[in-house]
Amino acid sequence: MALDKNQIAQRIAKELKDGYYVNLGIGIPTLVANYIPAGIDVVLQSENGLLGMGPFPFEGEEDADLINAGKQTITTVPGSSFFDSAMSFGMIRAGKVDLTVLGAMEVNENGDIANWKIPGKMVKGMGGAMDLVASAKNIIVAMMHTNPKGESKLLPACTLPLTGTRCVKKIVTELAVLDITDKGFKLLERAPGVSVEEIISKTAGKLIVEGDVPEMEF
Amino acid sequence: MNKVYHNAAAAIADISDNAIIMLGGFGLCGIPENCIAALVKKGVKHLTCISNNAGVDGFGIGLMLEQKQVKKMISSYVGENAEFERQLLSGELEVELIPQGTLATRCMAAGYGMPAIFTPAGIGTEVADGKEMRVFNGKEYLMELAFDADFAIVKAWKGDTDGNLVYKETARNFNPLMAMAGKITIAEVEELVPAGELDPDHIHTPGIYVHRIFKGEHYEKRIEQRTVRKKI
Repeated sequence: MALDKNQIAQRIAKELKDGYYVNLGIGIPTLVANYIPAGIDVVLQSENGLLGMGPFPFEGEEDADLINAGKQTITTVPGSSFFDSAMSFGMIRAGKVDLTVLGAMEVNENGDIANWKIPGKMVKGMGGAMDLVASAKNIIVAMMHTNPKGESKLLPACTLPLTGTRCVKKIVTELAVLDITDKGFKLLERAPGVSVEEIISKTAGKLIVEGDVPEMEF
Repeated sequence: MNKVYHNAAAAIADISDNAIIMLGGFGLCGIPENCIAALVKKGVKHLTCISNNAGVDGFGIGLMLEQKQVKKMISSYVGENAEFERQLLSGELEVELIPQGTLATRCMAAGYGMPAIFTPAGIGTEVADGKEMRVFNGKEYLMELAFDADFAIVKAWKGDTDGNLVYKETARNFNPLMAMAGKITIAEVEELVPAGELDPDHIHTPGIYVHRIFKGEHYEKRIEQRTVRKKI
């Protein structure tokens, strides 16, 4: 069975390590915060100027001055801090953020990523994505394996305008966990009940399959 | 020295057509609501606006777009506004999209008196087209120029009569950076106090950067995405 969005987030949460400072993008990445393993302390960075992001506020306690990068009302946790946007991207550029999780429209076998523009259709802008992918030490992409037309999003070369080059380290989709290596996508794990053949058929870029590929564990 | 203005209309009275203005805020959080309303009322046109976002339909910079006052937007993300999209696709509005960290740091550079910054954001993408590139320690960086804006319009939580500013929570965002960057900086605040009342240790923007300050009124502080959890 292919994973749902929450299960993709849950699998990514297993990559968190104690003491990590983590930036979670909009969409599936945001859900990772719901699955932080017990005993692991991570600090969530929101690039509009907050370290120590907490859950959504209780009804009636929303504060218009306290939002995340997705413009959602949020709360802070003990030990949090606020700062301006230059410092926020300063800490990202300086490599202080340990892990970045973001969504993508396309990723290619070199680790290039496209997630900000569809020429002629969508021109919303890159927001902080280009800054993040240019500097983050460890980038995990959370996305569906194929687009709504059923076409693979794991490509030999991106067709959409790039957000950054050679930056993605790992991809978690509803079907598989893959690393980006010098030789292409490497299949590490498959979703429970999903066959290697299905993953091969839905991966357009070069895919390395070695030995038995284990099922994901949660 | 008197920096205190009576209201937004007085503070923006000399902003004229074709001005380049910075507007603080992230989404609708920490935007200078009073000055935007005054600019709409004044009806100045052909503005170049530097702001992370372009408001939403019916609020924020969206109000200025509806009156066709904006010639060019320089932003990082503009997705929330149907009128914006319409003007962009019809060619009425010029838009320059730049990475958010680059936007923030180009403001900062202006306030720090530095002509340019180097950033890896945009390397290998269309953002790099036509820009000077330099290699430092084996990594490629783009040279990005400090902004040169006629006016910076910011919103702070508290301010004093000397122009010192304190921001609240994530409403800080671009405000202190733009406050440093304007040839003339206009600050609207929720609470205006006599100089000496704010703790000098707690001031985010020193008054030297602020030329005009006034107490804003009727803050709506609209929430873009109201997300809550239920009490158990």
